[in-house]
Amino acid sequence: MMSMPELVPKSVRMSGLNADFWATNGENLLFALIAIAAFLAVIAALLWGTEILSRLFSDRRRGAIQLAMLVGPVLILLAIGLIWPAAQTVYLSFTHMVRIPDPATGINMEQTTFAGLENYAFAFSDPTELRTVINTVVWMFLTPVLSTLIGLAYAVFIDRAKGERTLKSLVFLPVAVSLVGASIVWGFIMYDFNQTGSQTGIMNALIALLGGNPVSFLTVDPWNTLFLILILVWTQTGFAMVVLSAAIKGVPVELNEASALDGANAWQRFWQITVPTIRGTLVVVLTTITIATLKVFDVVRTLTQGRNNTNVVAYDMYDQFFVRDNRPLGAALAVIMFLFVVPIVVYNVQSLRKVRETH
Amino acid sequence: MKRRITLPFAAIAVSGLLLAGCSSNDSTTTNSAAASGGMDAVPAGCEAYAPYGQLDGAAVEVYSSITGVEADAMTTVFDKFNECTGAKVTFNGNKEFEAQLPVRVEGGTAPDLAVIPQPGLLQKMVGTGAVVAAPASVEANVDKWWGADWKTYGTVGTTFYAAPMLANVKGFIWYSPKEFAAQGYEVPATLDELWALTATMATNGGTGPNYKPWCIGFGSDAATGWPGTDWIEDLVLRVNGPEVYDSWVAGDTKFNSADIKKAFQAFGDVALNPDYVNGGLGDSASIISTTFQEGGLPILDSSCSLHHQASFYQAQWPEGTDVSPNGAVWAFMMPPNKAGDPPAVTGGGEFVAAFNDKTETAAVQTFMSSDTFANARVMLGGVISANKGLDVANVDNDLMKSAVETLQGDTTIFRFDGSDAMPAAVGAGSFWTGMNDYVSGKSLDTVLTDIDNAWPSAG
Repeated sequence: MMSMPELVPKSVRMSGLNADFWATNGENLLFALIAIAAFLAVIAALLWGTEILSRLFSDRRRGAIQLAMLVGPVLILLAIGLIWPAAQTVYLSFTHMVRIPDPATGINMEQTTFAGLENYAFAFSDPTELRTVINTVVWMFLTPVLSTLIGLAYAVFIDRAKGERTLKSLVFLPVAVSLVGASIVWGFIMYDFNQTGSQTGIMNALIALLGGNPVSFLTVDPWNTLFLILILVWTQTGFAMVVLSAAIKGVPVELNEASALDGANAWQRFWQITVPTIRGTLVVVLTTITIATLKVFDVVRTLTQGRNNTNVVAYDMYDQFFVRDNRPLGAALAVIMFLFVVPIVVYNVQSLRKVRETH
Repeated sequence: MKRRITLPFAAIAVSGLLLAGCSSNDSTTTNSAAASGGMDAVPAGCEAYAPYGQLDGAAVEVYSSITGVEADAMTTVFDKFNECTGAKVTFNGNKEFEAQLPVRVEGGTAPDLAVIPQPGLLQKMVGTGAVVAAPASVEANVDKWWGADWKTYGTVGTTFYAAPMLANVKGFIWYSPKEFAAQGYEVPATLDELWALTATMATNGGTGPNYKPWCIGFGSDAATGWPGTDWIEDLVLRVNGPEVYDSWVAGDTKFNSADIKKAFQAFGDVALNPDYVNGGLGDSASIISTTFQEGGLPILDSSCSLHHQASFYQAQWPEGTDVSPNGAVWAFMMPPNKAGDPPAVTGGGEFVAAFNDKTETAAVQTFMSSDTFANARVMLGGVISANKGLDVANVDNDLMKSAVETLQGDTTIFRFDGSDAMPAAVGAGSFWTGMNDYVSGKSLDTVLTDIDNAWPSAG
């Protein structure tokens, strides 16, 4: 069972900047101001300190001192905030953790033993976990391809059309919607399912209008994953469209005119002039969306919480680690996700560099 | 140089502000502290609060999963406490409490007190070493006002940590007394009679669209499936008895044992039978997509006749519904397996655990375990408590009254909600998902093995 359920919709409490507010939050605000001031002071001390220190040394050493002073703090913070936790996660993923409560106080003794690849083997052999990994791969493939295809087609069709800006804004707007918001909108307005009675979801209302039986979009395995993917595609298409549209505008007009004179039709010009010219941008868009897709947590968390085989690694990792307290498995899933994303990030950075060089 | 520095600094300052914004706390409900400092005489109505002394503006945060009107009621109770003691209790409710409490404790920002609704979560939090043992004043209150079993639920190992607060009773079956009278149905006295009644209802049919005897809704966001665990718990306790129930909750009797399988099958005989579910909503496929709040409402349309849900479901009936023994809806307790079996009920409750031993924390924890608190909170309606100091006259309706009498009764076999008492990985994890899988058509053996696999010691 769960905790006390919420019996009545949450009442909205009115609160203003009254004495109550300052009594409780004044301290927080003061703390925030002090934190900002302290942060600025540290940066200022660092910059001026570098300046003063470097004057004391000869020109040859000055560069090295400046480098150490300015890069050092960043490296230290990275080590504390990123590298050390990452190392811990990797270590955790190779362990097996047992908690033994003290018979009198109930306080756990944690026993960590080396488990080798056991957690990884489980992630790829247990049917539920394997399905989670497969789903993630499906997301990684379908989301970027669909968003880019739709975005590219749209960008080409509206290129130099009347009212291009308005048409662009319409598709770009969903980019500004948070994923939780988008999920709620799609979940309750598009995908809502009533097995009997009148349909309140748009999709099922359409199906009913055409004389079909209502579909429970979020539970029909394996199609439910596809319906969830559509939500992310909806928010990513605008991004792909805007970037690709800019690239299309960069295709030299002379090339198109020359090929038109040579008798190439629009279709041929698109495939043989436009696409090769914007290839770099296409790769960047595809890989950027793939990386965003790997992190997808919000859609699954909001709509299905992984039910009916819709789980993805990003959600399962959180669920296993924090909710089910199965930390080694959660850590292993985090490492798996990291391994998925690394080659794409590397490729993305390389392509981005190439695109910059050509422009 | 200076001009060049300004812009990055502005950017840094802005990002600092953003970060500061991110670190703001969960929405808090703030109580105005009473400006009663310096007064020696006890204000009127504060006599019962004298034992807690004068706390002179000491701030105490009570963190909990209770939100909405329930949270407002808690705030009202603490307003009085603040007024009388000069303390500054902040009641902070968060729907993500179960997930956020471990995060806060691990992050070093533990609340002073947490209202934990599951003994399983209490065990987990005690396991981290962050919970402090209950002070003697709290233990004295619990020894005085609660049954020994309730004290056990707040005990981990042999140390008593957390005092019970409020309670609810599970295992009610909601029905329409008017329909029963019109059709000549009788409230069943045994489980066999209940199943026989179900069959009769399916034959007779009803007046509402898509009539089926039962209506069930599992939907509850991340906790979807929990109404199903209540079904299984009620059936295990009645069919297999308290000994099997205890060993099942402790993990000694596995889910895929014959005993527990029997309870699942009894539920499946109803939930997987398209002639029996899902009144007004469809068939078994609609169980997950229906929220638990909406699950019983088809009774009002005469689309179903029976709905299994706890006492708190009373708040779900729309305003103006006649909730009374002869009205539009009322509830009976799920009957015992055989005639003559002692009454057995499952129920839930919350436990107040402290994360430090400050004087003011101890005072608030003591207050929350007292009869003063139980009466003050129950009087505001919607909840009950197993506190023996609770005056039944303060309970606002007959159903809740009977629930309190059941809880306080000596012959009743009371057992805590099993999924709440199991380790979180099962009780708030695989048991929920298992129920969803079962009604989605997965084979029972797979479902039971999956649930067992998540049990921590099995790994």
